[in-house]
Amino acid sequence: MSAEFLVAIVYAIVLVATPILLAGLGELVVEKSGVLNLGVEGMMLIGAVTGFAVTSLSGNAYLGVLAAAFAGSAASMIFGFLTLTLSANQVATGLALTIFGGGFSALAGKSFLGKTVPAFTQLFPTELATHPIWRVIFGYSPLVYLSLIMCVGIAWFLKRTRAGLILRAVGENDLSAHSIGYSVIGVRYLAVAFGGAMAGIAGSMFSLVLTPIWAEGLTAGRGWIALALVVFSAWKPYRLLVGAYIFGAVMTLEVHAKAAGGVFSALPSEFWAALPYLATVLVLVIISLRRGSSSGAPACLGRPFIPSA
Amino acid sequence: MQFRLEKRPQPSQLMLYLAPVLAVLLTMVVGALLFSALGYDGIGAVLEIFTKPLTNPLKWQDLGVKAAPLIIIAVGLSIAYRANVWNIGAEGQYVAGALGGTAVVLLTMKMQGPWILPTMIIAGMLAGMALAAIPAFLKTRFDVNEILTTLMLNYAIVQLLYFLLRTSWKDPMAFGFPRTALFTASQSLPYLWPGTILHWGVPIAGIVAIIAWFVMGRSVFGFQVRVVGSAPNAARYGGFSANRTVWLVMLVSGALAGLAGVLEAAGPFRQLVPAFPTGYGFTAIIVAFLGRLNPFGCVIAGLVLAISYVGGEVAQTTLGLPSAATGIFQGMLLFFLLAGDVFVRYRLRPVVARAQGEAA
Repeated sequence: MSAEFLVAIVYAIVLVATPILLAGLGELVVEKSGVLNLGVEGMMLIGAVTGFAVTSLSGNAYLGVLAAAFAGSAASMIFGFLTLTLSANQVATGLALTIFGGGFSALAGKSFLGKTVPAFTQLFPTELATHPIWRVIFGYSPLVYLSLIMCVGIAWFLKRTRAGLILRAVGENDLSAHSIGYSVIGVRYLAVAFGGAMAGIAGSMFSLVLTPIWAEGLTAGRGWIALALVVFSAWKPYRLLVGAYIFGAVMTLEVHAKAAGGVFSALPSEFWAALPYLATVLVLVIISLRRGSSSGAPACLGRPFIPSA
Repeated sequence: MQFRLEKRPQPSQLMLYLAPVLAVLLTMVVGALLFSALGYDGIGAVLEIFTKPLTNPLKWQDLGVKAAPLIIIAVGLSIAYRANVWNIGAEGQYVAGALGGTAVVLLTMKMQGPWILPTMIIAGMLAGMALAAIPAFLKTRFDVNEILTTLMLNYAIVQLLYFLLRTSWKDPMAFGFPRTALFTASQSLPYLWPGTILHWGVPIAGIVAIIAWFVMGRSVFGFQVRVVGSAPNAARYGGFSANRTVWLVMLVSGALAGLAGVLEAAGPFRQLVPAFPTGYGFTAIIVAFLGRLNPFGCVIAGLVLAISYVGGEVAQTTLGLPSAATGIFQGMLLFFLLAGDVFVRYRLRPVVARAQGEAA
């Protein structure tokens, strides 16, 4: 196996892993605050279409990503209002957001079908970014570097800052946090908005970098894999990073199984397409088996907070 | 002026039944605004989607055909949701049902007789149950969250469908298209009346709802499901096993989704194609909620959602809306319904000025 081939594989894995890493990091923060938002897939689709539309109209991919973050955040506020202000069922509201996001993105994106968008400008000098070996470090889309910075930043925020401590307190024991005087609902609104922004950016990675084209439902259920990834990571950002790359490797198999030869090409392509989803189920079982220690789930996850009750 | 939520002494029966009606009306109003904002004729789109299927008698049969699978799946899901078991995998169980039925079809291609169709239906229901048994097993044995497992299996089973259609199940006469041979007369659901598209799946949906209503309201099983869902501690005290309830409701909801799948394959489709999964399993989740997790409510809600499907198709040809745009209405409907449901348990109370600090 030549070095160039190895580089090509790593490069592909990092690219497909980045959207689920971005969305997973956002959902991790949301869940740390005690809220379960199952609408990741819908927010990703809304982000994907918004990012594509704004980039296509403005010619600037960075503007597109910013707009995608805003759109994802705005969509998450529907969820926030229903579940936080009205304390509606979080599972059902998240599902509604996913269904809504699929329809909204299809309608909004209709006039952008078949259009193309300008690519991101490279962050690093062309000699490094396109070098057959060094591109494994320097050749990625800016969103890949953003996802890594976000991972480090979120880990630091949750562990080392006062605001992170408050967020975790709200997720672990909302009544205590409330009685000390923190606004449980306020903190959760901020977390949900952040999760929406991250899902929006993750969606824009599909329409601006991976495909890069707009097509209905182009996120293909990756939002759900991001949700599973959060469980897999035991709500730890660095473990989420590792998990995203493992899932990225599995997803890459679908595309490269034929070229890889041997056992990879012997199995049908549909098997490799189904593998990420089956692997998720397997991972969930393994996590549950080890639950003897602790799954790391925030204690208030999915429970509505009603101070007057 | 600020408002805050105050718990009602007991749930409002009026709001329980008013909420779905308000949700449908609000969906139409906000839908019209949203479509206008996106540059479409908003009022026209809403009228097209929500009234054309009702005013055009040619579309009435279509409503029945579209509502039948939604009702059958939603009745099963509402039983599971009553027990607080979140089966989101009905779409996959629906596909599994079609696969089970089609397996019988391919074995009986050269045969005839009235036994073939019932065998297909049983195979379809068993296949739906088999797929639902995986998350049930994982939940009861390993305490794995059923939301994610049922959902992941949806994606996996669709790949199995693609694989079979591309390889061993492909009709050799299909010019390389990935599809099965057409079902024979013995393998297809008969029409209720010649010249219509109404097949036997439509009355079956009604029968399923009646049986479910009877079972949920009159049997120990129904009582057990409701107690385990609403008062898990009381259920444990009363000797109802939570694990057994998970198994039962997963198998029942899987079997019904499988039934809907095999009826759809043997009815409107009469062959299996890659485009078979159309999202009925997801829409049925909305139907179950809109129908208040009540079998007869599911019948009405199934018809409402069928209107959005049929109307969506009308709007596709007349207004050029993409078919997925129906999802906007369906998602909004669920949003408004969930918001309305809050007022079943709570009411809005204006906050007087001196209490403002306390409310903030």
